[in-house]
Amino acid sequence: MHTLKQQWFGNVRADILAGIVVGLALIPEALAFAFIVGVDPRVALYASFTIAVITSFVGGRPGLISAATGAMALVLVNLMADHGLQYVLAATVLTGVIQLILGGLGVANLMRFIPNSVMLGFVNALGIMIFITQLPYLKGSNAMTYLFAIATLVLVYVVPRFFTAIPAPLIAIVVMTGIALLSGVSLQTIGDLGKMPSSLPTFFLPDIPLNLETLKIIFPYSLALSIVGLLESLLTSQVLDDMTDTPSDKNKEARGQGIANFITGFFGGMAGCALIGQSIINMKSGGRGRLSTFTAGVFLMFLIIVLGDVVVKIPMPVLAGVMIMVAMTTFNWSSFKFLKQAPKTESVVMLITVAIILYTHNLAIGVVIGVVLSSLFFVANISRVTVTRNEGIYKIKGPLFFASTTKFIQSFSDVKEKEIVIDFEDSQLWDESSVGAIIKVKQKLEEEGVRVTIRGLNSSSEQLYEKLL
Amino acid sequence: MKIAVAIDGSENALRAARHAITLAQHFPGAQLEIIYVADYNKAKDERLLAQSEESLLLKRQRKIDPVLELAHHAGVKAKTALLKGDPSQEIIKFVNEEAMDQLVIGSRGLNAFQEMVLGSVSHKVMKHVNCPVTVVK
Repeated sequence: MHTLKQQWFGNVRADILAGIVVGLALIPEALAFAFIVGVDPRVALYASFTIAVITSFVGGRPGLISAATGAMALVLVNLMADHGLQYVLAATVLTGVIQLILGGLGVANLMRFIPNSVMLGFVNALGIMIFITQLPYLKGSNAMTYLFAIATLVLVYVVPRFFTAIPAPLIAIVVMTGIALLSGVSLQTIGDLGKMPSSLPTFFLPDIPLNLETLKIIFPYSLALSIVGLLESLLTSQVLDDMTDTPSDKNKEARGQGIANFITGFFGGMAGCALIGQSIINMKSGGRGRLSTFTAGVFLMFLIIVLGDVVVKIPMPVLAGVMIMVAMTTFNWSSFKFLKQAPKTESVVMLITVAIILYTHNLAIGVVIGVVLSSLFFVANISRVTVTRNEGIYKIKGPLFFASTTKFIQSFSDVKEKEIVIDFEDSQLWDESSVGAIIKVKQKLEEEGVRVTIRGLNSSSEQLYEKLL
Repeated sequence: MKIAVAIDGSENALRAARHAITLAQHFPGAQLEIIYVADYNKAKDERLLAQSEESLLLKRQRKIDPVLELAHHAGVKAKTALLKGDPSQEIIKFVNEEAMDQLVIGSRGLNAFQEMVLGSVSHKVMKHVNCPVTVVK
């Protein structure tokens, strides 16, 4: 692990350049996420600024880019619709508290228990949901709206083939906004959503009654936000660890996300987390240190304050085009190959995770059920015990524990020999149930006059057997 | 004589590797350098499709292993370089910095349109390395 000084100033030139690129790349999506939640663009832009700057100091993964995200925006949609902005801000503060506590308890160590089938389900459902949010806007629109959305899509996909220094979505926005202004077509614009920020965010307390009723409203949202935010942030940390061949402190990252959300809520920003796409852009642009994240946040804010008057003129269909691209890149297209190649149970877990998320519109519920389901499949899979009999020698293969003892006991229901040996060489006793099962089998057979010898217990099984006998 | 071969686990990369090994057999004491680049553009998908950090490592190793084995059977000394980043850039950097005498690389055989969309690694590499390049079709 590098020293703090290295994490900040070990890569100054590249970090500043990459930070500028990422700052540019954050703007289109922050605006679009504000549109998804139905909040003023300021709420997402302030969030992106404060979250990026704060995580650059307290995050666990240098170079990770955190800001307002689609995943968090999707969780907040209903809260915003039912209760309004002040509750969104309060939920953001509470999310910070929950993440800070979870990080303190070492939640990152639990990431190991989330199989990749669930993570695949998560990103795929996320991609589909972001796509769906754009449909009502596009449905029943005029031809010009479609034309602008499609032209934007074409630009974001074709431009990177020839030019990669500036993020393609930004180029598409500039070009399409220019065309819209010059041709004078009438399209809905960002300005119709709300005002652009003209100053830095300021501190204020969310205007909500501080009572149990409020907590009841915001807690489920905050819990979901915490899970979704940590999941995406830790996944992104893992991707960056792999890209850079450097380790990172995941629990510190979890706490950092918490601190960032906690503070952001007081500065009028919505909850956020790490962005996979922007973090990868940062790496590709040469960003490695904390300075890159810091620069991205500061540059984003600078641009918005300077260019606010221009930003309000961006046509909405252009933003919709950018979001469709975000949805397409979020979706993991190799999943279809995964469905063919992976074990059936993993494919089922992935599909069910997607189905539950799309049905409940809640990313967190899908993930939790996915994890539970895959654990059950794992137990079922590992609890397979086979007994092969050969001239009075019963060989046990597979671990013996509460889930596999029934099958084990059944295998001794029709013993014909007068004397048998039960061989545990390929097995392992795990718990009381396993020892109990052996005793049960032994007693029953001895009552029938069969002599039973136990052999081949490995040392830990032997110890457990002796201890519980 | 240092011969480099860039591979990506594909069928044509294996053909390139066979050619590089044959080449190495003709130079006594030749050293084969097997280059594999984990593409930054695939970093997210690769991580998502792997169970864990360790299984990701194994998946990558499995792309290199068949070539190592071929070299071993042919009696060619071989080393591997697992790099990360943009494939063409990393290959160019490695070949030039490590002063390779010869690079062998497979070609996917893309048509003009695919090449525009996907970009040809062998094409880009060929233009910027400082040693002779053999493109194996």
